Amino acid sequence: MQDLAVTLIYVAYALGLLLTFGTVLTWVERKQAAIMADRIGANRAYVRIPFTQVKLVWLGLFHGLADGLKMLLKEDFKPVPYDRLAYAIAPWVTFVPVMLVFAVIPFGGTLVVGGRSYPMQIAPIDAGLLVVFAFSGITIIGTMLAGWSSSNKFSMLGALRAGSQLISYELVMGLTVLGLIFLYGTVELVSIVEQQSGTLLGVLPAWGIFYQPFAAVLFLTAAVAENKRIPFDLPEAESELIAGYMTEYSAMKMGLFMFAEFIEIAIIAALFSTLFLGGYNLPWMTDAGFVLPGGRVIAMNHVAVVAIQMLTFLGKVLLLCSFQILIRWTLPRFRWDQLLGFAWRFLLPLAILNLVVTVAAVWVLRSGPP
Amino acid sequence: MSSRKPYVRRRYWNEPAMGWWERLYLFEVVRGLWITGGVFLHNMWKWMTGRKGALTAYYPEELRADYAARNRGKHILTQRPDGRPQCVACNMCATVCPAQVIEIDAAFDPDDPAHPKYPARFEIDYSRCVFCGLCVEACPEDAIRMVKETPGLPGFDRNRMWLGKEELLDWQPQRDVAKPYPVASEAAGGRP
Repeated sequence: MQDLAVTLIYVAYALGLLLTFGTVLTWVERKQAAIMADRIGANRAYVRIPFTQVKLVWLGLFHGLADGLKMLLKEDFKPVPYDRLAYAIAPWVTFVPVMLVFAVIPFGGTLVVGGRSYPMQIAPIDAGLLVVFAFSGITIIGTMLAGWSSSNKFSMLGALRAGSQLISYELVMGLTVLGLIFLYGTVELVSIVEQQSGTLLGVLPAWGIFYQPFAAVLFLTAAVAENKRIPFDLPEAESELIAGYMTEYSAMKMGLFMFAEFIEIAIIAALFSTLFLGGYNLPWMTDAGFVLPGGRVIAMNHVAVVAIQMLTFLGKVLLLCSFQILIRWTLPRFRWDQLLGFAWRFLLPLAILNLVVTVAAVWVLRSGPP
Repeated sequence: MSSRKPYVRRRYWNEPAMGWWERLYLFEVVRGLWITGGVFLHNMWKWMTGRKGALTAYYPEELRADYAARNRGKHILTQRPDGRPQCVACNMCATVCPAQVIEIDAAFDPDDPAHPKYPARFEIDYSRCVFCGLCVEACPEDAIRMVKETPGLPGFDRNRMWLGKEELLDWQPQRDVAKPYPVASEAAGGRP
């Protein structure tokens, strides 16, 4: 009974977190882009308290709300699609797997309630990382379905581009992560995070990024490409293909695609911080408190530790989201041949090289000096 | 058709060429991110310390700072020392106005024998005004002038873009007038 309650609370927390991220990130993106470009950013939407003239602007936070309302109230324009069923389910096929990926990501340390410990993860699956890749693979099907079923040549072109792009970068992503799997000897995410909680050489936190810096860069690149955002937004390049595979979608169906995109930013950030930035680990922090490099120990009680770990994870995710938005508003779009060339001729050889070096290093270290 | 030469892209002597460093792309990406991130942090620091991180003016609420002193923004009615308008309701401005936006209703004031005619209603429709300044030129009494501030133009209803006599007189005579306001001598009884 207690297990069920804790799991339900976890599920509610994760759902609320993701949906909040999806909405708030639209605001963060607008504001950050504006500040990067010496502008102010959207600040006109307001909520008026009823029966008063008090208008709440809150730095334009309500623009996300206004967007959602607009999406809901717009006419749901439907073309005469080639395949009605595929057209209808395509946004959901894109949206649902993105949400499901978060089920295996640990978003906090271990919670102890009534003598039982619960790792903060919705689904404790041994194949955690494989599940992540399985679900993010389904997203491709959603975009392909959308493009094929719209009976529109722009959508079709967008779907073709999405298919080849996502498959190329999925390969790179898988290969970069293989090095990590070798290093940690497991694909279970909780275990991966726990192995990153120590220190490296006594000072550095033992995060994946210090063991596998190349893999971190490659993974982030491939993940941003997976998300189909600028500079990798060829499937929906609006100056070439109107809106690519979602050209024929309107109202909330289109909103779902956008929402999935924004949630995927958060998912990528969560995945990256789990694999490379030690997840919920703060440097020099254990489940009992802080252990500073000099040997000083600051003990803390369990609730404070859990709260700090959850906040740490959130902070890392937010910073990484912000970094992805920085990338999106800095780099111009690739040309199509450059995009595939970048994946197959640059990232893939580097990923394989990284893997080979990692395997050799692990082999040497594990078997000891010859 | 067969004589047509195939298209060859012209090469320019100053065509930009990328070195191997730029061609590698990765480091140029880092440089670009460094620049934009720097701009972001610079502006963000300004915002967080309570200053404005952009040059933009919040338009209807905030006046832009760089209006020229002689900018023809909106009209004012000059006043006699007792605060009544200097206008004698001669209708010259309304006649010369190319957009025909000025409407004046004249009235009789028996208490002021020097200026028995005064405007009971003086309204300008800013939805049609072209801000040419001809009304200022035409006025024989120096009763209408233009100041650099703009009227509160943005609105949802064109019928609310009129300014009446009260608004035109409400301009704080000591501030921001294009020409210095003539101070009437008290000896003349305030009636020059």
